[in-house]
Amino acid sequence: MTTTADQVGHLHTPPEIGGIGHSVRRHEDDRFIQGAGNYVDDIELPGMLHMAILRSPVAHAKILSIDTSEATALEGVVAVVTGELMAEHNLAWMPTLSGDTQAVLATDKVRFQGQEVAAVIATHPYIARDALGLIFVDYEELPAITSPQQAMADGAVLIRDDKEGQADNLAYEWESGDKDVTDRAFAEADKIVSLETHYPRSHPSPLETCGAVADVDPASGQVTIYMTSQAPHAHRTVFALVAGLPEQNIRIISPDIGGGFGNKVPVYPGYVIATAASLLIGKPVKWVESRTENLISTGFARDYHMKGELALNSEGRILALRTEILSDQGAFFADAQPTKFKAGLFHIVTGSYDYPAAHVVARGAYTNKAPGGVAYRCSFRVTEASYMIERLVQNAAYDIGMDPAEFRALNFIKPEQFPYHSPTGFVYDSGDYETAMRKALGIVDYEALRKEQAEARAEGRLIGIGMASFTEVVGAGNSKDYDILGLKMFDSAELRVHPTGKAILKLGVKSQGQGHETTFAQIVAEELGIPAGDIKVLEGDTDNTPYGLGTYASRSTPVAGAATAMISRTLREKARKIAAHLLEASADDLDWEPGKFFVKGSPEQSVTIQDVAFAAYTNPPPDEQPGLEGVHYYDPPNMTYPFGTYVVVVEVDAETGEWNVDRMIAVDDCGVRINPMIVDGQIMGGLTEGFAAATNQFITFDDEGNCIGSNFMDYLVPTAWETPRFELDETVTPSPHHPIGAKGVGESATVGSPAAYVNAVIDALAHLGVRNIDMPLLPDRVWSAIQNATG
Amino acid sequence: MQINLTINGAEQSAEVEPRQLLVDYIRSTGNTGTHIGCDTTSCGACTVLVDGTPMKTCTMFAVQANGKTLTTVEGLKQNGELHPIQTAFKEKHGLQCGFCTPGMMLTSAALLEQNPDPSEDDVRWAISGNICRCTGYVNIVKAVQHAGELIREN
Amino acid sequence: MYPPAFNYSAPTSVEEVLATLAKEGEGARVLAGGQSLIPMMKLRLASPSYLVDINDVDGLDYITDVNGHVAIGALVRHNDIVKSELIGSTNHAMTDAAPWIADPIVRNRGTVCGSIAHCDPEGDWNSVMLAARAEVVAQSAAGERVIPIDDFIVDFFTNSLEPGEIVKEVRVPKYTGRGGGAYVKLERKIGDYATVGVATQLELGDDGKIAKAGIAMTAVNSKNTRAAAAEQVLVGETPSDELFREAGNAAAQASEPETNVRGTEEWKREVVSVYTRRGLETALAQAQAQA
Repeated sequence: MTTTADQVGHLHTPPEIGGIGHSVRRHEDDRFIQGAGNYVDDIELPGMLHMAILRSPVAHAKILSIDTSEATALEGVVAVVTGELMAEHNLAWMPTLSGDTQAVLATDKVRFQGQEVAAVIATHPYIARDALGLIFVDYEELPAITSPQQAMADGAVLIRDDKEGQADNLAYEWESGDKDVTDRAFAEADKIVSLETHYPRSHPSPLETCGAVADVDPASGQVTIYMTSQAPHAHRTVFALVAGLPEQNIRIISPDIGGGFGNKVPVYPGYVIATAASLLIGKPVKWVESRTENLISTGFARDYHMKGELALNSEGRILALRTEILSDQGAFFADAQPTKFKAGLFHIVTGSYDYPAAHVVARGAYTNKAPGGVAYRCSFRVTEASYMIERLVQNAAYDIGMDPAEFRALNFIKPEQFPYHSPTGFVYDSGDYETAMRKALGIVDYEALRKEQAEARAEGRLIGIGMASFTEVVGAGNSKDYDILGLKMFDSAELRVHPTGKAILKLGVKSQGQGHETTFAQIVAEELGIPAGDIKVLEGDTDNTPYGLGTYASRSTPVAGAATAMISRTLREKARKIAAHLLEASADDLDWEPGKFFVKGSPEQSVTIQDVAFAAYTNPPPDEQPGLEGVHYYDPPNMTYPFGTYVVVVEVDAETGEWNVDRMIAVDDCGVRINPMIVDGQIMGGLTEGFAAATNQFITFDDEGNCIGSNFMDYLVPTAWETPRFELDETVTPSPHHPIGAKGVGESATVGSPAAYVNAVIDALAHLGVRNIDMPLLPDRVWSAIQNATG
Repeated sequence: MQINLTINGAEQSAEVEPRQLLVDYIRSTGNTGTHIGCDTTSCGACTVLVDGTPMKTCTMFAVQANGKTLTTVEGLKQNGELHPIQTAFKEKHGLQCGFCTPGMMLTSAALLEQNPDPSEDDVRWAISGNICRCTGYVNIVKAVQHAGELIREN
Repeated sequence: MYPPAFNYSAPTSVEEVLATLAKEGEGARVLAGGQSLIPMMKLRLASPSYLVDINDVDGLDYITDVNGHVAIGALVRHNDIVKSELIGSTNHAMTDAAPWIADPIVRNRGTVCGSIAHCDPEGDWNSVMLAARAEVVAQSAAGERVIPIDDFIVDFFTNSLEPGEIVKEVRVPKYTGRGGGAYVKLERKIGDYATVGVATQLELGDDGKIAKAGIAMTAVNSKNTRAAAAEQVLVGETPSDELFREAGNAAAQASEPETNVRGTEEWKREVVSVYTRRGLETALAQAQAQA
């Protein structure tokens, strides 16, 4: 069993308790390895009907007519729902998480290929699918806008003519930092380094697609919706607001989730239509997306067109950063992100480096593409930001003739500068960037590798060494700055210790594979000394868990983890009073070690936490309420800032542009690691996502707005064969403001690694003058870069 | 059409439409550990052993399983004992969301039948028809190799 | 995704298969491995009215050495080729190509003959068959006919089978002298179709000169295409780097790739040229290694 020391160099609990730092094997695995997980598609209810959605084959068109008569007549079809019907119930449109509106079922126009046009409810899923072929829609096609540049050009066709006062295709405009100070720094610079690149459209594509079973009881009005939701409480509130249903009658159950990665944060039309259909028909309705539906209609990610510039002085110090973003938002502005920040937390783009000035301008455009803008395994556009700065820094090093590692070291924020106030307003909690970087470079033997690279180059072989020293901002967030549709981004934990000393922990967040049932139990084990195996963790049922904003943006450990530690500590203080009562001592005279209280100086006079739990129900102190239960709502004082350095070594085939990863080293610092095994698992998953982004995994569109990348034959997610063999290491710099010093880790590697892979390929070609290849680094793009550089 | 087959040792017979996909039939028998992750025979979440050979059951019709013997994830445990591959997946953290896990374990179990001491490349090659979106595969490889050790010890 | 409805039977003899096909007419299709057909049906890109499943027909899974060729029956799966010692010792290009067809699980089910009949220009087998100058044995109620692979491949997803005919086997000629071959494929990930694939085969005469050459390309024309001019560059010549480079260029000239999401036309041509050269180098090394 792996055991890793915490920040003070030792474990507080023995393995049988399994507190923080133990690689406790996952509690949830027992059901998964036996095929006994319970996912949405596994739910069968009596009388359940099945829904299929008809989607637009074209990207932009007026709907002239919809003929549903043949579909309705098909045996087994119960109902065909159109936008017209939804409009009668005021449900044809719904709000997005960015405060825009999105069509549930199109009434006037379709605005992207794959948009929801009608839905069939039938007795069998095959029949529902058959009936889609019997719905006839007459479209009058309009020109499709397939890029934000096109959308912002003069005379572009107006996509959102449904919105009053919308005269162009601008979805939002936002800025951060100080323009004047930044411009002055640029005016004084000795050198300016610039980069223009596109972070392509991507999709989280968890292996389980999105789906729901909506079960409306016509007699009681009770609405139970089983759905693939990363944020069940927030979704319950959205349902209450959209449908005008009484919130106490809505119960969202998010059962086992087959991966989320941000895809299951938004509310999708399918959920709403299934619920409306169940409401109208009075029977449960199941809707489960196909992979194609998932890829063409649900929340995409990225699609940022970025320009960045660094101002440098002659010594290689960064003076300032300027960036300009044009984001492709698709037909509806549906980024899942905090209300105040229209480009998410992109302003973390100043990265791991110390300089006084930065200015970020972001604009988003409507296009005839699917809406979304979800934070695909990242905290609200932090991936794009990290990519921008780490690519710029690498190029800056080439352009001023410094080694990229030494350039970084020169410009890093130093450990003594924390808490560090960034020029765009963040307060970095803690960090030691150079130590992490040196560790990664040591593993790869950087100096020897540079020598090897030079020798290879002399033989005509192209080896590249890329790195990224990223800083994330996660754990949204403090209520002053962070809310979604007004809901503050706190989270909660309810802990009930039962009389026999076993416990149940109820959370407002929702695991999609992150191992919450284990790690959150470990936090309780750490704080209360109850063995982690004696603690059940319950999530994803809004009737039975306290309110919370859900799991995304690496916020579960920073926010709900803190709530768990805090409620455990509250109960420990109550337990101390009960223990004092049992030991007939003063509470102040008791010492605590995990699992027991004892009288100071008399360790033989002790009671276990289990004794205390029993007494809480059988023999409580006269002045205390019985029981050992409580709930804590945690409003984090600050965000957390995980960091690390990734190093990638590649070899490029100069003749064809193909490239292979020879090594991939990741040194992560996510603060205190609750379960090192699970932390490493999260990192390796993310490193794979970064590899995917750098190599092949993207969605594009042709000029008519047809989606290229609409299934797993075209949207290429890596298999075990292509995926690099990762080498991991760590440093531990605790978060000073988090109760257990943890920072969150689910997304670091997705955020940090794309730049490392790309920088490695660029590094192989840097001597030819190559400074940019847009992701993904398809062999033809690499080949063209070589051709253009040499020829 | 009438079909007769064996799933995890239990004889089944059913009347099915020719077009019913085998995966849908298997799931209808309560063996919902067999999952569906794509439409294009790409992901392997639906992998089941058909007469001992891994097959993607989203790309077979139920009628084609007539007379066959199927093992799904629910059939890996024998006589109350977990299969070594199940033990190893938990021990080595070879799963996160659990959605690919049944198919991944069945493919791996079939590999170990042929080769109980596979190299890292052997494992990566064998499971390259099964997609995992969570783990980055490293721990899956370790789990399969660990299961091999457990099998060889017995 | 669910396929449209169809009728189905699973005959146990070739005669029954042929009779059923004849009876059910144009809407009927043979179901062998189904690894291309079933996904197309699920996406509703194909909707046959009747499927004649041949998987229950006995005796179609043979790989045999007869009359100077290797005969591969209609139910031979891709993985059977991976494992076949006979193929391993007689045709390097096939051995090279087989492990890169689809993915390991699909290879358990998909068939070589089915893939050949499918005539997907991004499919690998037909390039290998062109390079080897294979023949397809078509059978109908009226009897058998042997079709050279060049005549079998008509166009994009189109073969020259007549209604009522099935592919019963494919015949791959064995080398007559010292021979070697390769299949070089650019695939983006396991399970991907070729972006570019080049099959090469060489046979050397006693004088060390190239006696026979086969070169064919995947995914760069509307069908798998023989690079005849490139073959002519080689035949009768002494192998050399320069010669192989020339053959590579000739193959590239015979390709007509399209610019798409996988890459530009110009780059694909270059890859054809490089892969042809590399494949020939491998084939030559294999041929020269033989006594």
